[in-house]
Amino acid sequence: MAEQMEGDVIGGKKIQEKYLRDEMMPHIFCNGCGLGNVLDYVLWAVEKEGFDMDKTVFLSGIGCSSRIPGYIDADALHTTHGRALGFATGVKMANPELNVIVFTGDGDCIGIGGNHFIHAARRNLNITVIAVNNYIYGMTGGQVAPTTPEGHFGTTAPYGNIESPFDMSKMAIAAGATYVARWPVYRPNQPINSIREGLRNNGFSFIEMMSPCTTAYGRRNKFREIKDLWDFYIDNTILKEEYEMTMKFGSEEEKEAAKDKIIIGELHKISKKPLEDRYRDLVKELME
Amino acid sequence: MKPDTYFIDGNTACAEGAIAAGCTFFASYPITPATEILETMAKRFPEIHGSYLQMEDELASIAAVIGASWAGRKAMTATSGPGFSLMMENYGFALMTETPCVIVNVMRGGPSTGLPTMVAQGDVMQTRWGTHGDVGVVVYCPGSPQEMFDMTVEAFNTAERYRLPVVLLSDAVVAHMTEKVVIPPKEELDIVNRKKPKNSPEEYLPYCPDEDLVPPMACAGEGYGVHVTGLTHDERGYPSVDEKTQTFLVTRLINKIRKNSDDILKYEEYKVDDAEIIIVAYGSVSRSAREAVDMARAEGIKVGLLRPITLWPFPEDRIYELAAKGVKAFLVAEINFGQIVYEVQRCTDGHCPTYLAPRMGGSIHTPEELVERLYGINEGKEGSN
Repeated sequence: MAEQMEGDVIGGKKIQEKYLRDEMMPHIFCNGCGLGNVLDYVLWAVEKEGFDMDKTVFLSGIGCSSRIPGYIDADALHTTHGRALGFATGVKMANPELNVIVFTGDGDCIGIGGNHFIHAARRNLNITVIAVNNYIYGMTGGQVAPTTPEGHFGTTAPYGNIESPFDMSKMAIAAGATYVARWPVYRPNQPINSIREGLRNNGFSFIEMMSPCTTAYGRRNKFREIKDLWDFYIDNTILKEEYEMTMKFGSEEEKEAAKDKIIIGELHKISKKPLEDRYRDLVKELME
Repeated sequence: MKPDTYFIDGNTACAEGAIAAGCTFFASYPITPATEILETMAKRFPEIHGSYLQMEDELASIAAVIGASWAGRKAMTATSGPGFSLMMENYGFALMTETPCVIVNVMRGGPSTGLPTMVAQGDVMQTRWGTHGDVGVVVYCPGSPQEMFDMTVEAFNTAERYRLPVVLLSDAVVAHMTEKVVIPPKEELDIVNRKKPKNSPEEYLPYCPDEDLVPPMACAGEGYGVHVTGLTHDERGYPSVDEKTQTFLVTRLINKIRKNSDDILKYEEYKVDDAEIIIVAYGSVSRSAREAVDMARAEGIKVGLLRPITLWPFPEDRIYELAAKGVKAFLVAEINFGQIVYEVQRCTDGHCPTYLAPRMGGSIHTPEELVERLYGINEGKEGSN
């Protein structure tokens, strides 16, 4: 099927025609939102990996990013706030043959769903989580999130956020995820490759997408235009390899400049048997 | 367990009932007094090629169960009050998305952490109205270990037939009581499986009901591309957040139970035919009530017992009928400060008084104390509830 897409481009029509529910359009996302990019990257990854859509289930919780599965022409569970990974655990353990992809946002994943997130990672279920981080509660109109940087503003942080933000990717690694990557949406190829890597990984894959929300986040934080937010990501991120080199060989100034940046790239990759395989082995062993 | 006669507790009987009903997915979080169900499932499930999961909390337990149901399994979770409170969110999701599954709540004393090891019946209204929004629900209330087995099977059948999460509302006494339980041979059990779509994926509308108001269910991986959402949705399953769709959907979800309540409703009567006073009791308390009926009758008071086995739907027509026919009074015995008593009072429609024999939890009513109340009512010494 991959040949059919030859000559198409990211954001192109063919991939949309193949994978999206026409009747669900127009979508609800604002101008400048990064969710369209994320959806496009996931569909490209799915296409390149040759996934059978009849055997692929998309799940999500609540929030802007969780509306994504509604647009994909496949089985989908748009569940309750923060609980998508609980549902996904049930789907995957009930039928390990299914490919399970979860869309979640920062509030959904590490806020209300934090406990489910760390436990799903700990169990190392063979599922892929696309966590779209826009650093704000977007759907409800811009309230401060557990990921909002210190000093940034939200409707519920009118004097600036005084709390320390969560680093979802670091949390995923600490909790036991076997593949973790983080990319801003302005780079198309690297995220697609990482999502593909995640889909191939036989275990819990976590891909954090830094995604702009000009409507609810940008306009309260001097990023009124989409370009302002993209520039912010460019200025405040550093590739993992570059970060490591700087910290090893860089000058004091270079180290100082790098130390507070958000590290992006392929952050973690190990091999470990996923839960459903362990359970299958256990049953087999007991039956012998 | 092989078909045979056993001497087991209610929780074990419940686990075996689930297995007999075809349950192959179980996800739960340990909690007294339901834990024996988890322990039995953990041991038994690998043997039956089922999937057993101990989740991080009850929010995730019911989430996993709903996910498994959409992946084609019969699925169950078990908990007690504190965990049941956490499940209210996804109980509503399962009702809204018409997901067949079974939730066991072994009631203990509340509110809050309350009496973890001791009996109560304080969650009956929570099963009816605990989740936000207007819903139609089915709740079974077993009165013995045998019924823990039988009603678990029945709960699965109803869940599958009408596509909803069904609650098995047990209590600490019934769950921990050890008694004779007959596990019948497979061929004697009536097992119901969910309706599957008969049309093609192109024609299939996931939320277009048949005449019984129940839509056939296509599961994940079957090629139907079903979109499931807790948002108000149209027959295609697509979010459609408007008054018309809401009215159409929620009306059907409630009518699905109301219009089929003759089929779902279950209650047991004991010496009701000539009774002048009727005790209404459910779960463990019904056992004391039955004894009280015999004791009172030995003293010449004509007493009967009406035991709702489904608390929801409630035997409202039957209570109205008995009240209208000239029953002198109803006495509702329950381990709470009055929940079902108001249902009974509503159903009598003013034809006769309804009295409450409350208890706050920790133990069940004794037959003697119920007989005392019956004397009082019989002699006209009690003010109405």
